[in-house]
Amino acid sequence: MKRYSIMALFGDFDEAFEAIADIRHAAVPGITTDDVTLKSPIEHPEIEEVLGERPVHIQKFTLGGALFGLIFGFFFLASAQATFLVQPQGGKPVIPLPSNFVLVYEMLIFFGVWVTFFSFLFLSGLFRKPHPLYSEKVSLDQIGVLLEVDEDKLQPLKDLFTKHKAVEIREGVLQQ
Amino acid sequence: MSIVNEKDINEQIAWAKINADVLSSMANPRKAYWISVAMCIAMVACAVAAEAYQYNEGMGYAGLNNPHMWDMYIASFVFWIGMSHSGTLLSAILHIIHADWRKPIYRFAEAMTTFSLMTAGFFPIIHLGRMWNMYWVLPYVSDRGHWPNFRSPLVWDAFAISTYLSASMLFLFVGMIPDLAICRDNAKGWQKKLYSVLSLGWTGTDRQWRNFRKTYLLMACFLIPLAVSVHSIVSSDFAMSIMPGWHITTFPPYFVAGALYSGCAAIITLFVLLRYYFRFEEYMTKAIMEKTCKLTFAIAMVWTYLNLVEFASIWYGHDMYSKELLIAKAVGPYAWVFWSMIFCGSILPFTLAFQKLRRSMPIMFVVSLFLNVGMFFERWMIVAPTLSMSHEPHQWGVLWGSIIEWAIVFGSFGWFGLLFLVFVKVFPSVSMYEVKEMVYHRRRHLVNDDAAEKFHRRASDSKTGTDEPGLEGA
Repeated sequence: MKRYSIMALFGDFDEAFEAIADIRHAAVPGITTDDVTLKSPIEHPEIEEVLGERPVHIQKFTLGGALFGLIFGFFFLASAQATFLVQPQGGKPVIPLPSNFVLVYEMLIFFGVWVTFFSFLFLSGLFRKPHPLYSEKVSLDQIGVLLEVDEDKLQPLKDLFTKHKAVEIREGVLQQ
Repeated sequence: MSIVNEKDINEQIAWAKINADVLSSMANPRKAYWISVAMCIAMVACAVAAEAYQYNEGMGYAGLNNPHMWDMYIASFVFWIGMSHSGTLLSAILHIIHADWRKPIYRFAEAMTTFSLMTAGFFPIIHLGRMWNMYWVLPYVSDRGHWPNFRSPLVWDAFAISTYLSASMLFLFVGMIPDLAICRDNAKGWQKKLYSVLSLGWTGTDRQWRNFRKTYLLMACFLIPLAVSVHSIVSSDFAMSIMPGWHITTFPPYFVAGALYSGCAAIITLFVLLRYYFRFEEYMTKAIMEKTCKLTFAIAMVWTYLNLVEFASIWYGHDMYSKELLIAKAVGPYAWVFWSMIFCGSILPFTLAFQKLRRSMPIMFVVSLFLNVGMFFERWMIVAPTLSMSHEPHQWGVLWGSIIEWAIVFGSFGWFGLLFLVFVKVFPSVSMYEVKEMVYHRRRHLVNDDAAEKFHRRASDSKTGTDEPGLEGA
């Protein structure tokens, strides 16, 4: 059986929301909200009410990056300060904690920010070719609801989208 | 409509119009734009010529000698670092506290942060004289086992500023990704290729938005303590010494308040310029200007308070050198700079307390320029008097900066202006998606209010039926 991708464009977020809510309530048997991708010009966090909670893991990487900066920063500085040639400090500590604290603080933030950025790049599904059904209207003022479904689910989905006043419905055969 | 209830933005504005207005600001530069670019290039050329002369002839031509080994370059460095705090304040802090009026104006404030840092970074390098040795401050592995002195605040500066520059650039870039996708979808030719690369394949999926929001929030959380630490560390360049007028406990908060103050003043300046030049009256509204002015006024009062704390702690302290220096600041050779600083920094901001004045763009433009003149004087008053009148009277000497120094400072404004002018033509200076969000949420709020009002009215009045506006796009 052929697989299709189908995208409905809505002029109103509430209509898109209702369409996805219907999918969630099994209006089209065999299709669940896990198959749905929402494309929108702005963020709609309320969509999780119907899409279900989709967790974000970036903060874990951020914490890892910040901890790495903290630990690496301290040991980097300490190892430089503990070098044999520079150890004579005239009574001052070889590894001075107050001044190291300032530098470690900066390195904590430095690594925290960069790791956050890279985790965003990898976890957001960026660096992909735009979907063949991608519409530039999604970056303007319309909401796209995208699904990849079997051929027999296509018509019920179209009916559902039409019922919810979809402005445009696009479809295409997926490459097998 | 009464002034009191004026909206930050018209919630009925169509999303297509937001895209069209912002994208049109990036197209077809007008004559005034090219004139501005030419002026900035000429200013940069002055600085380059002065630097080339100083490079060949030596630092003596910059007036740098004992006791004036810092002066203008370091005062300018502190000034530009201070200016960079605008983006952090407006973007990160206001983002975290959900102040959505920041949305139409935060983008250029973030750009200001990045460009101010890129300008500030030049001054310590120029000040070195032997600028090819600037890498000595970085902690690189040397075959002779040498490391920079990690106890020195100058090394802390290098760490803090490089962290702040890279973090603020990332913050600016990440915040722009959805807008760069809009640019990609509307561009042609080489511009489409450029924006396709920069937008990183953004298509506005729910997954991308979720991760985007979290990333932006986390970066904002990092940037706020980072910004505070950067200016605290810059203040440590002075406060860690035992020089009179510098060895002051309140210096870090004083520097941070001064930085936020000059940053806010610069935001007002650029607000007026962008509003006028790009005809952004619908986005950079008078209501938003009022809020920015109120914020600036509040920070001005904090700065004034910290000044008074500094004066009082010196006056009632037992350090006679610091006390004599304070008196010398008020009545000595730098007195006119000192009193101009007090006037521009503490008295002039009271114009921001009057609604009528706040709503006048030309007045606010002039006031904001003078506020920043005051803040430049503040930096000069931090650096110069202490060096002029330190512990040893035989070392005393007043200096006003050489023509070389002034030319380089003058050129730094050209450099900043040039970067900013390029930015506003290559990148959207108003965040399109954030303005859409602002409009969307306000429209939704309006509908909910209407619904609530209708609900309450129904008990007594049944003639309330109206058509509700659509919520998306309009």
